[in-house]
Parts: sequence; structure tokens; C-alpha cells
Amino acid sequence: MALDSKIPQGPLADKWTKHKNDINLVNPANKRLIDVIVVGTGLAGGSAAATLAELGYNVKAFCFQDSPRRAHSIAAQGGINAAKNYQGDGDSTYRLFYDTVKGGDYRSRESNVYRLAEVSANIIDQCVAQGVPFARDYGGLLDNRSFGGVLVSRTFYAKGQTGQQLLLGAYSAMNRQIGRGKIKMYNRHEMLDIVKVDGKARGIITRNLITGEIERHSAHAVVLGTGGYGNVFYLSTNAMGSNVTAAWKAHKRGAYFANPCYTQIHPTCIPVSGDHQSKLTLMSESLRNDGRIWVPAKKEDAIAIREGRLKPTDLKEEDRDYYLERRYPAFGNLVPRDVASRAAKERCDAGFGVNKTGEAVYLDFASAIERYGKEQAYVQHLDANDKALVKKLGQEVVKTKYGNLFQMYNKIVDQDPYNTPMMIYPAVHYTMGGLWVDYNLQTTVEGLYAIGEANFSDHGANRLGASALMQGLADGYFVLPYTIGDYLSHDIRTGPISTDTPEFEEAEQNVRKQVDALVNNEGTKAVDYFHKKLGKIMWNKCGMSRNATDLQSAIDEISALRDEFYKEVRVPGTQNEFNEELAKALRVADFLELGELFAKDALTRNESCGGHFREESVELDGPQKGEALRDDENFTFVSAWEYKGAPKDAVLHKEELNYENIEVKQRSYK
Amino acid sequence: MKLTLKIWRQKNAQAKGQMVTYPIDGIDGDMSFLEMMDVLNNKLINEGEEPVVFDHDCREGICGSCSMFINGEAHGPDRLVTTCQLHMRKFKDGETITIEPFRADGFPVIKDLMVDRSAFDRIQHAGGFISVNTSGNTQDANSIPIEKADADDAFAAATCIGCGACVASCKNASAMLFVSAKVSQFALLPQGQVEATDRVLNMVKQMDEEGFGNCTNTGACEVECPKGISLENIARMNREYLSASLKG
Repeated sequence: MALDSKIPQGPLADKWTKHKNDINLVNPANKRLIDVIVVGTGLAGGSAAATLAELGYNVKAFCFQDSPRRAHSIAAQGGINAAKNYQGDGDSTYRLFYDTVKGGDYRSRESNVYRLAEVSANIIDQCVAQGVPFARDYGGLLDNRSFGGVLVSRTFYAKGQTGQQLLLGAYSAMNRQIGRGKIKMYNRHEMLDIVKVDGKARGIITRNLITGEIERHSAHAVVLGTGGYGNVFYLSTNAMGSNVTAAWKAHKRGAYFANPCYTQIHPTCIPVSGDHQSKLTLMSESLRNDGRIWVPAKKEDAIAIREGRLKPTDLKEEDRDYYLERRYPAFGNLVPRDVASRAAKERCDAGFGVNKTGEAVYLDFASAIERYGKEQAYVQHLDANDKALVKKLGQEVVKTKYGNLFQMYNKIVDQDPYNTPMMIYPAVHYTMGGLWVDYNLQTTVEGLYAIGEANFSDHGANRLGASALMQGLADGYFVLPYTIGDYLSHDIRTGPISTDTPEFEEAEQNVRKQVDALVNNEGTKAVDYFHKKLGKIMWNKCGMSRNATDLQSAIDEISALRDEFYKEVRVPGTQNEFNEELAKALRVADFLELGELFAKDALTRNESCGGHFREESVELDGPQKGEALRDDENFTFVSAWEYKGAPKDAVLHKEELNYENIEVKQRSYK
Repeated sequence: MKLTLKIWRQKNAQAKGQMVTYPIDGIDGDMSFLEMMDVLNNKLINEGEEPVVFDHDCREGICGSCSMFINGEAHGPDRLVTTCQLHMRKFKDGETITIEPFRADGFPVIKDLMVDRSAFDRIQHAGGFISVNTSGNTQDANSIPIEKADADDAFAAATCIGCGACVASCKNASAMLFVSAKVSQFALLPQGQVEATDRVLNMVKQMDEEGFGNCTNTGACEVECPKGISLENIARMNREYLSASLKG
């Protein structure tokens, strides 16, 4: 099947408006006859469910958590971008579009990104109307901060809990519709298969996680807002339950999986402390507004710090290497995430790491505390030369900006970041890859849509900070509700979809077979054993730095690990009860397939772009020496993989990317 | 370190539960409480036993899933943290730790340490929203200036994670802190004024129907709240409720 991205004709800035005018609508009376399933209740799924219900469709929403409010969007910290230009610093729709395409290293679709930038301002209006308490200044107007990879302040925020506040906004919009009976909410349900009838997605099979019951649910269309697959690495900033299962089942039913190897490794996370580690905690990118990143300039100092003989605060300015400011004077500490992560790895690999494992760098707030403290001293007419006073005033300012993050750090690491620099290291955070979708956010399966992190569409090979929340809400509030109407307009006479058909029977049996096999497996090893092993392979061979030899061996190792999993996994308990080990086993089984496709995709893409860094593809000389090198001639395309049985047999389809409005060039942040 | 765990085991909602003792060794101070539970569970699985069930997801203190009652306190001995952020360095070698589910009539046990908190969702369905359509055709966000102090207070109330520690800590199993946080967030914002009367009446009515107790101003909820939600919110809700009742 040839990929048709269905990009509307016409000038970039008019495409979305024109498209909205051209597509079919469903009249309000007919919307009542149409059912839509939404899987996942994060920013994308939650906002889509609420909006579709508000439009009049009958929505069934599903989440595996005990409440839609707990979806992992809740954990997003730093902020949400919008081209409001409230700061008057030259921002515009075009600039947000440009920054996003450039930040994505010219591997995203122009038309989708432009639309995202275009609707971004509306998101802020919408959220404020819903009562989302964004940060405000003393004049009562909305405040902004800066994020990596851009030169303007366009990020709206609610302290370090922006995701929480936005998700609670979407949740409240859902609650309004649940209260009116327009959304039927299914908590603690996991989607385990897609049901296709005559080639169209017409339902899903779920498992009730409390009772173990396998259920059939039908609808005229199915929307997946099921998030990313960072947990294929075992350790990531994702929630423990975040998984690829819904997207992977869709892939197995014909939805192409795009760019699986595009992973974002976030530069500022709390370093791993030991083998017991179950997940990693992010320290928001917003901290890079005020924190300066450094390692000791001399190796002997780094060694002394690692051995506990020297404290970071004892090191003089000239003995510190602020390596991001040194290497990238224009953007400094605010280079994009992929660049910052690789730079941290480079310093640590060279022996300058600052914790016991040698895998940490400093994020230091001392100069920000001094700067804010002096400012406050002037404002309050106090003595700006009183060092203790300035420090105290500065710490108060930093506390109001990042208080909850500093508290989190303190609880986890048992150190006080107001007085000693934080230790940070890159960790898996977000996956730009996902289900391939066209301009309408429809996958290659008719009637099956993917929104938010679950799709691949807007971030190219690297996502800029504060853009995930923007995309999730843009898709759910403003894009999908229009585009899905065009599809559903053909279903006004279809009537309810019966679940009593051979297609539903086949899908249900498929799920039952898998569940039975896992519960009755006579293995000896817990699910975590396999998940951790998979994570190690992924991190070591498909992580921040990749090469052909490692990727090939990752493919072989994952394939062997998958065989071992089916022979050796032990799932205690039964299937007719709450059984977390069974739920985990079902998810890990899918990660074990996705992981192999991931490595295969990374091997195929023999270029460095964004978060995908191939050691074979770097600048050899000139001012950009050592930086990642794209190969535009051979790789300006989206890799969309078709399922053919085993990951090794997946077939590659290419969507060529055309840049008509942006000149493609080497990304430079110097 | 070596510890003795006394954990509530209960097969399902209908079954009778009991405390079961598990010795555990090799616990590191840098582990989170839930990572300690992971160690126990992997040990149980390897011994052919069923692992202890508990709710957890984000493990960074924001989703509100984890809900253990540890040594008689919701989320354990540390302050302003959820169970997932509690670290084992807060315990001593050789200590005995008692772990129970959050107990309240409004939170029936599902299995072991996992409880059903859907009552909180139903209270929110009754009025925890502003009735604005999500069309995006609203006014510009900056056309409603909000005094910084009010915006900050609304934000502070809105940081509730809905974990239910307030209910579990209250001798009356009252949900007033939770409900008042939502009522306060909207009461402090101009956008929330339009429906203020119905909101507080409907949410309180639903709260009562769910079987939560009343507030007797003990303040245990505020002490145990991992997000530091203030008792002032309860006072604000009482004010809102009174004036709404007078308006009828």
C-alpha cells in the first residue's frame, strides 16, 4: 500500500483553514447515532474524549489506571508552548513552526507542524477558560519562560506541575461529559486488541484488570491516545504502567509503525543510584533557564569528587568546565535536548563524571540565586553587597519558580540543591516515533486514529521542550474532532456495530489464547527479569550513541530474549482476578517485539538526526566537527514499517518529506 | 538493612483479610519504599507465592496512585511526600514496618493494599469543572487578569493529587480536604464564579452520598497531605456552602 499523507493543497498558512472548510460534517442529530472509542485518557485522549462527547458523539473512554486523572501526562513538569507573543519578543506562528521543524532536525512533516503552531495559541485560551491556574505576574497577566532550542519566551507554565494542571483541565472537561452520560468511562481496563470489520476499525477487546474479564466493545471509529513506548528501555521517566501494547496491537492489525528509533533522551534526570532502580525522575528542562551545567575542568578534580575528597562548591570558577556554554555560545545551556544529552555523555565518557558511577554532571543554581537575590535586594532597597542576605533572597525566588522540583530532588538524593549543585544525567523520556498517521491523524487502518505521543507526526527526530503538552492538546481538542467527522460522515446510516460477529470472536479468542499461554507457562523467572534484560540491551546498544555492529547484535539478542521469555516466564496467580504480573507480562511481550523493530529501524537509518545518533555519521572537520551529520540525500523520509509476522520481516515504506517553506540546513546552535 | 514487614493481605473485596509477616533483607537506604516492595514481590514470585498488590504508577509523587498506610500514617513517616517518594533511609535496620491499605467506607479494598477510590471521580462528575466548551473559541487568555495572590492560591489548591491520604488519616474518614481543594480552586478564579452555587452544593451532596464522614477540625488531613493542601480550603468551602445554601 502506498502511503498517502493527504496533505491539503495550497499555501502552508491556509492549509488547515481550507481543509476544515472542505471536509464533511455530521449534523448534530446524526452524531447521536455514532459511537467512538477513545483509548487512553492523558492530554490527547482526555481532551479528545471530552470534545467528541461535547460535539454529540457517544464516547467510550478507557484507561488502565484507576482514574483518568492519573494518566502519565500528569507528570509533565515544565510547560506548554504557544505562539502568543505576549512577551513581544518576536514570536509568531511561523517562528514556532520553524523552531519545531529545525529542532526536529528536518524529519517532520511541514504541514502538520504548521497546524500545530497555528492552534497553539488557542490552547492557552481554552485552558484559562477551564480554570487552569497558569503562573501569572503581578499585573495579573500570564507569565512565560524559555525552553531549549529557541530564542523567545513562549512557554506557559504552572510551577513545575504544568502537565498536572493541564490534565486536570482535560479531566474536568471529561467529568462534565461523564456526568451528562455522554462519556462512558472504563477505568482499570487494558486494551488488548483492535477489531477490524471489512477493513475498518470497529472495536476493541479489553481486559478488566480487576475481574480479569475479557470484554468486547464496538464503535464506528477507534482513537488511540495511549502514549509512548519509552519503557522498552525498562528505566525511563515514564510511569511504571506506560506501555506500547495498544499501539503494537494496532500495528499487528495493519497500522504502520513510523520511526520507532526516534527516542528522546532527556539531559536532566536524576542519575541511577543502583540495581534496585525501578524508574527515573526528570528534573524539568525549565531548570536550564537558570541552572548552569558543568563538570570539573581537570580530571583529578573529578576523581577527587567521585571519591568524596572534594566538594563541588570548593571548586573555583576557573576549574569548572561549563561545557555547553563553551561549545554552543549562542544557545548555551538552552541547546535542544539531544545536543545537551550527547554533550553530557561525551564529558562522562571522557572521565569527568561527578558521582560514584561516573555518570553525572552538575546543574548549578548558585549564579541564578545570586542574580535574583541582587535584583530583590535592589527592589526592596536592601544591601546588595550583603552576601548572606542576597543568597537568602535569591533562594526564595528560586523556590517560587522551582520549589517542587527542588523538593523532589532533595527527597530522592538526600542533598539540598539550594546549597550544592544538582547531579543529573540523561535518561529516556519521550518517543517521537509512533503509529504513522496522515494529515487527518488516521493510521493506515481506516477508522483507526492515533493522537498525542502515540503517533509520530510532529516532532521529527527530536522534540523540543514544552511541545508534547502542546501536541497532545492540539490533537485532542482542535484537530481530531474535525478530521474524524469527515470519516464518520459516511457512517450516519450504519447503525450500531454488533459485537456478535466472527471478527469480534476471532479477536477475543486471540486475546484469550495469549492470556492462557502466559498464565499456564511453567517458567521460573519473573517478568521483571526479562524487562530489565531488554532494557539493558536497548540502553547499551540503541541508546544515545548507536552503530551498525551494536544494532545488529541488539536485534539478535532481543530475538533470543523473546524466545527465552515465552519458555521461562512465570506468571503467578490466575487470570480471573487482579493480577499485575499478568498485565506486565502482556506488556513486556509487546516490548520484546517492538524493541527488535526499533533496532532494525535504527540500523536502516544510516545517518545521524536528532535523537538518533549514528557513530558512522558525524562531521569530520570544520566548525561543526564532532557534531551529528544528517544525510538528506538518502534519508529525508519517514520510515513506516508494515507488520509481516516477525519484527525481522517488517517491510519498510517511505514517506518522502518535502520542505517547501523551510530551507533544510545543518542545525547549528553554536 | 534487615526489616520485618507486616502487610495486610486480602484476596478480594469479599474475602476476610489478615496481617502477614515477611522478613526482608538487603534493603538499601537509597531505595524508595516501593522499590523495597518490588524486592519483596520478586522474592515472593521466585518462591512461587503471589506478590503483594498495591497501586502505583508514576513513582514521582504526582499521579496519586500509591496509597499505603505505613506505621499508622498515610504515605509513612516523612512529610510532604507520597509513598513512592518515601525512601528507606527514613527507617532503621531491624525495624518492623506495618503496611495497611487506606481504610474508609468510601474506599473499599479491592485486593491487599489496593483500594477503590472511584468515589473521588464521582464527586468530580457532580461539579468539578467549569462548563465551557472545548471549541477553543473563547476569549484571549490575557483578557481576564487575575490577581497574583488569587492565582497562586488557586494553583496551590489545584495541586491536590487525589490520593485520598486525607480520608485515610481522618478519624471520621472525611473527604472535606479533597472536595474543598477543588471547590477552592474554582472559587478563587473569576471563571469559576458563574457556577459557584451549584458546584459546591452538588459536590458536597455527592460527597455525603459516598459515605465519607464529616469534618471535626482535627487537622490530621493537612498534616498527612503529600501536597500540603491547607485547611483554609475547608474553611473556604464552608463559606461557599453556607452562602450557596442561603441563595438556594
